[in-house]
Amino acid sequence: MSPRVTFPNKILPYLLLAPQLAITLVFFYWPASQALYQSMLREDPFGLKTKFVWFQNFAKVLNDPNYLNSLKVTVVFSASTAIIAMGMALILAVMADRVVRGRGIYRTLLIWPYAVAPAIAGMLWLFMFNPTMGSFAYMLRATGYNWDPLLNGNQAMVLLVSAAAWKQISYNFLFFVAGLQAIPKSLIEAAAIDGAGPNKRFWTIVFPLLAPTTFFLLVINTVYAFFDTFGIVHAVTGGGPGKATETLVYKVYSDGFVNLILGDSAAQSVILMVIVIALTAVQFRYVERRVHYG
Amino acid sequence: MAEVTLKDVRKVYPGNVEAVKGISIDIPDGKLCVLVGPSGCGKSTLIRMIAGLESITSGTVSIGSKVVNQVEPADRDIAMVFQSYALYPHMSVYDNMAYGLKNRGTPKAEIDSRVKEAARILAIESFLDRKPRQLSGGQRQRVAMGRAIVRKPQVFLFDEPLSNLDAKLRGQMRIEIKKLQQTLGVTSVYVTHDQVEAMTLADVLVVMNEGRAEQIDTPIGVYERPASVFVAGFIGSPAMNLMKAKSTGQAGLDLAGGGSVKLREMSTPEAGRDILLGVRPEHMSVVTEDDADLLLDVSVIETLGADTLAHGHVAGGKPGGGELVVRLPGSTRVNVGDRLALAIQPGMAHLFDASSGRRI
Repeated sequence: MSPRVTFPNKILPYLLLAPQLAITLVFFYWPASQALYQSMLREDPFGLKTKFVWFQNFAKVLNDPNYLNSLKVTVVFSASTAIIAMGMALILAVMADRVVRGRGIYRTLLIWPYAVAPAIAGMLWLFMFNPTMGSFAYMLRATGYNWDPLLNGNQAMVLLVSAAAWKQISYNFLFFVAGLQAIPKSLIEAAAIDGAGPNKRFWTIVFPLLAPTTFFLLVINTVYAFFDTFGIVHAVTGGGPGKATETLVYKVYSDGFVNLILGDSAAQSVILMVIVIALTAVQFRYVERRVHYG
Repeated sequence: MAEVTLKDVRKVYPGNVEAVKGISIDIPDGKLCVLVGPSGCGKSTLIRMIAGLESITSGTVSIGSKVVNQVEPADRDIAMVFQSYALYPHMSVYDNMAYGLKNRGTPKAEIDSRVKEAARILAIESFLDRKPRQLSGGQRQRVAMGRAIVRKPQVFLFDEPLSNLDAKLRGQMRIEIKKLQQTLGVTSVYVTHDQVEAMTLADVLVVMNEGRAEQIDTPIGVYERPASVFVAGFIGSPAMNLMKAKSTGQAGLDLAGGGSVKLREMSTPEAGRDILLGVRPEHMSVVTEDDADLLLDVSVIETLGADTLAHGHVAGGKPGGGELVVRLPGSTRVNVGDRLALAIQPGMAHLFDASSGRRI
């Protein structure tokens, strides 16, 4: 332990902290408290009167079948996105770890998609799989598959998950590659001498030692799928067809900014915040205990 | 139980780097073979080829009577102790030792008895539930040994297993490894750069340099009859005195740095031949001037207690030429500036060809 730094000046420490505190206050606590306050207000249709209604907005939102549908959509979307993004990244990272020649180029190419903005990524996938002009949609139809994400909710979800996962794979890949490199070669060699084949080595040695990385990515990917995929949803499906791909974040947006039901929207965002906090807490409480840090 | 045979083994890395340049060794069943040499001499590459962790460019490695060039490490029936120990950090000590047996489908009861027995032999019974990070360096080393012995392999491979320990522990573990290897009677290959480990552990000592085996012999054979200048300089501490000289043809040598040395009880090379004379510091003794083979002007004295090391140059030599060290009994009283009359003990002068470096 390094000795504690003591400041003779009583005000200086607070001054040094002030910029960071100000930013946190202005950009997090203020909007968050505003959202909390807003979630307990109800406005008349013309925006002339505002009434304080306590938790009525929450009760209304939680009893709304559309909201429950959105919750289900989000769970399916987030779980699929996180699992696919992490699974694919892990496979690619393990492969990349075995590449001997051209390793640098291979890795750099795999990292590029991360530099693509979510909305652009969404547009790319939308164009590729657009039923009327997408080349992949054309190929799918050529195989006899009835591809139409504009009408089929499940197909729309598949498209959305693909786009969201595709973008996140690069990020996960980067971390998995670093995680794999941190595992000493001699451990793998010792396991090989101990009679473990490549498959067994992966599951009994490599995967457990990657656990800290995997856990970190699980938290990051969950948060990503919950919050950062708005752009993709907006660009690819706009929540449709019907409400088949309307995630919680997207519903907050459409209720608040499109339908202008501010109270409901604020209540939803507060619930969303609680969900993510709870999820992260659960992950840390239960998953992290099984994680071994070197 | 099995003998290990290497026949003209070579390793060429991409880019035409030849790490091992054709080495043949026969290790009889139950013997311990030490590969020793400076870093980069190819000793680690060689042991990794025996383990199956490196491919073999040409030549054959056999364990028992079977050539194992194309056999997977897992199927060679070997166990290896790594320099870093390579313990699985997420497994308990017990699981670390049981891992190899589990992979081979050994019944649970037998795994348990073997692990417990190994733990008893190595005195690590009380740590079986701990994780490697909760152990000290010496304890980890024991676990690494335990992981090797539970498997009851045909061959043990040790890749500098003691170099991460402090000096005291190293000495202790060295003796334990020797004892263990003798009780178990398992053929072993041991890589080290430490000459004390090499001398004390080896049944067969291989001194390596630049990818070649300079000498393969018993430790005492290497010490008493070094095959080359490299071996002479590498084994022994303080290192052997090596001096450039020209043969006079008449039981004597003229040193390049000035002064001369008499040679007795050995054939002298033809006159005028360039040679290197090697004499170990401990193989010279103080005698009367009449019996002396050479005279030493003492310039520095190191008193070690048991021994006294006297540094100086051969009398009649130019400054900076003919530097020499003599190890004298600790009771000898010497002063700087003294002229010592020294006799080389019979048969303890080594002559090497100046150009090839080989023993004459």
